[in-house]
Amino acid sequence: MNYEAIKKHPVLKALLISLFAAILFLPFKDIKSSTILFAIMFIFLSAVLLIKKSQVLPALPKIRWTPPHFLRAASVPSVIMVFILLPFFLKDYYLDVLIMSGIYMLLALGLNIIVGFTGLLNLGFAAFYAIGAYTYAIANTKLGLDFWTSIPLSAGIAALSGIALAIPALRLRGDYLAIVTLGFGEIVRLVLNNWDSLTNGPNGITGIARPSLFGASLDKLNTYYYLVFIFVVIAVIIIRRVECSRIGRAWISIKENEIAASSLGINTTKYKLYAFGFGTVWAGIAGILFASKMQFVSPESFTFMESVLILSMVIVGGLGNTFGAIAGAFILVLLPELLREVQSYRMLILGIALVLFMLFRPQGILGGFKSVHFRR
Amino acid sequence: MYILDVRELTKHFGGIRAIEDVSFKIKGGRIVSIIGPNGAGKTTLFNCLTGTTRSTKGSIRFKETEISKLPSHKIAELGIARTFQNIRLFSEMTTIENVMVSQHTRVRYDFLSVITRSGGFKTKERSIKEKAFEYLEFVGIEDYADTQADSLPYGSRRRLEIARALATEAHIILLDEPTAGMNPIETSEVMALIKKIQELGKTIILIEHDMKLVMGVSDRIIVLDHGVKIAEGLPDDVRNNPMVIEAYLGSETNH
Repeated sequence: MNYEAIKKHPVLKALLISLFAAILFLPFKDIKSSTILFAIMFIFLSAVLLIKKSQVLPALPKIRWTPPHFLRAASVPSVIMVFILLPFFLKDYYLDVLIMSGIYMLLALGLNIIVGFTGLLNLGFAAFYAIGAYTYAIANTKLGLDFWTSIPLSAGIAALSGIALAIPALRLRGDYLAIVTLGFGEIVRLVLNNWDSLTNGPNGITGIARPSLFGASLDKLNTYYYLVFIFVVIAVIIIRRVECSRIGRAWISIKENEIAASSLGINTTKYKLYAFGFGTVWAGIAGILFASKMQFVSPESFTFMESVLILSMVIVGGLGNTFGAIAGAFILVLLPELLREVQSYRMLILGIALVLFMLFRPQGILGGFKSVHFRR
Repeated sequence: MYILDVRELTKHFGGIRAIEDVSFKIKGGRIVSIIGPNGAGKTTLFNCLTGTTRSTKGSIRFKETEISKLPSHKIAELGIARTFQNIRLFSEMTTIENVMVSQHTRVRYDFLSVITRSGGFKTKERSIKEKAFEYLEFVGIEDYADTQADSLPYGSRRRLEIARALATEAHIILLDEPTAGMNPIETSEVMALIKKIQELGKTIILIEHDMKLVMGVSDRIIVLDHGVKIAEGLPDDVRNNPMVIEAYLGSETNH
């Protein structure tokens, strides 16, 4: 029986998925609990898949569902309202998690420009995050520059290094480009780790200042939350505007068909450079927010896993969808925290959830809404 | 006045001579067909003319400009646009967005006006959209304006490619087998469309296998065989040229 046939057969499909989960679970607990997990998952999945196949229930709404106008118009303001009100209800711990998820939103938004819009796979995005963070760390501790003057500095240096990487790397395509960016990510981390005189090596830089506004330091968690929140809103507005312009159309056309794009007059090399530059700006800003929040940076925060995590956020949210990147970052920061209860299983559950998610919804959370309904 | 002047154009892929010393001139406002058996080098010729591949040697003059060394996007900006034999749409975009991309070199605004959404930006974006819609109407697929390109019916995809090429406001439109896979009715519709494009004052270079279409619309025909130009002339001359009959139309005379 070939793979296609297995995919179509509900019971076999359920069997394979639950077997997969059970085997992954095996090293964590004994065979007995693994079997229980297998049994529960198998029964549940078979039921779901059989019902779906038998079409007892009316067909699920198509993915290209058009939300009614009032819903679309109300969705963004209501989400913003919720985020504005959240600090009044949440404990500091959750506020902290939300701040981190805001920082990751900026990262996912930036990477989405490069991978989602322009189709350039980048596996070293944490490097630009690191560059932004270290720029502020060094500028602040050694030169005494404050947060606000460092913002253009961090963003600018991150963007310049993005363009500097892109100029040689864009001769390559697809997988090869991915490998070069992966290498770049590791190089940056290793330089930070070994350039003791500038970066203090693996010990990192401490004593970084919190931002202040009109002389008042923004060191309370909820003021910091609003700071990050404002940056995310600004990022979304700017990115949406660029997306819905000739620049955004040029990026997407390059992803969809580079030869056709250049035959219509788009300088593909130039626009790929723009994408790298514009995408890494947000990584730089995320970096400075991270450094000023932690008041400490070390190379450990910018490993390859970090790049993979950001990429997962973009993919889970839906490649090329700005709001998807936000949703992806939110979920992938929040989910591990919510799973803290189950201790050591949380990364396992997260992993299984990701695999299942990609199996059942490969286009991402908001993938189906692409262009047609949102790009106006 | 000649709008395109190709001299001794040659393209080698390693040891394979895809095009060998091909020369021809094309007058503005004409429909010129390039015909020849499979593998004759027709698409390679198109690729060289649009900068998709770089020619090995020879010159291509478009109006007064030498374009054989220019990158694809520069040639498009100067005014040569094309469609592709294997349709290359931006499938994730809507139909109208596909055509809006073509205005890239014609309507410009700077980055600052994008971020501030200034009045100039809005006016320009609106004009891009209106123009794109006009081109959709021109090829007759305006009803599909907001349909995602990959869910268009086959014939409409071909039309969308033509609309997209036209919307670059090019002077020369290269059509690579615009009727491939179409039924006779659709083919005659495309034939009418090609004539309509000519009426806009455009020059059209056409690669086509449908002889009825070729003989019906062409002002001139160029015949390639194994990368070499073996004949050029009016449709009637080409039809009766013994070399062409031998190389390409041979089977037709047996009927």
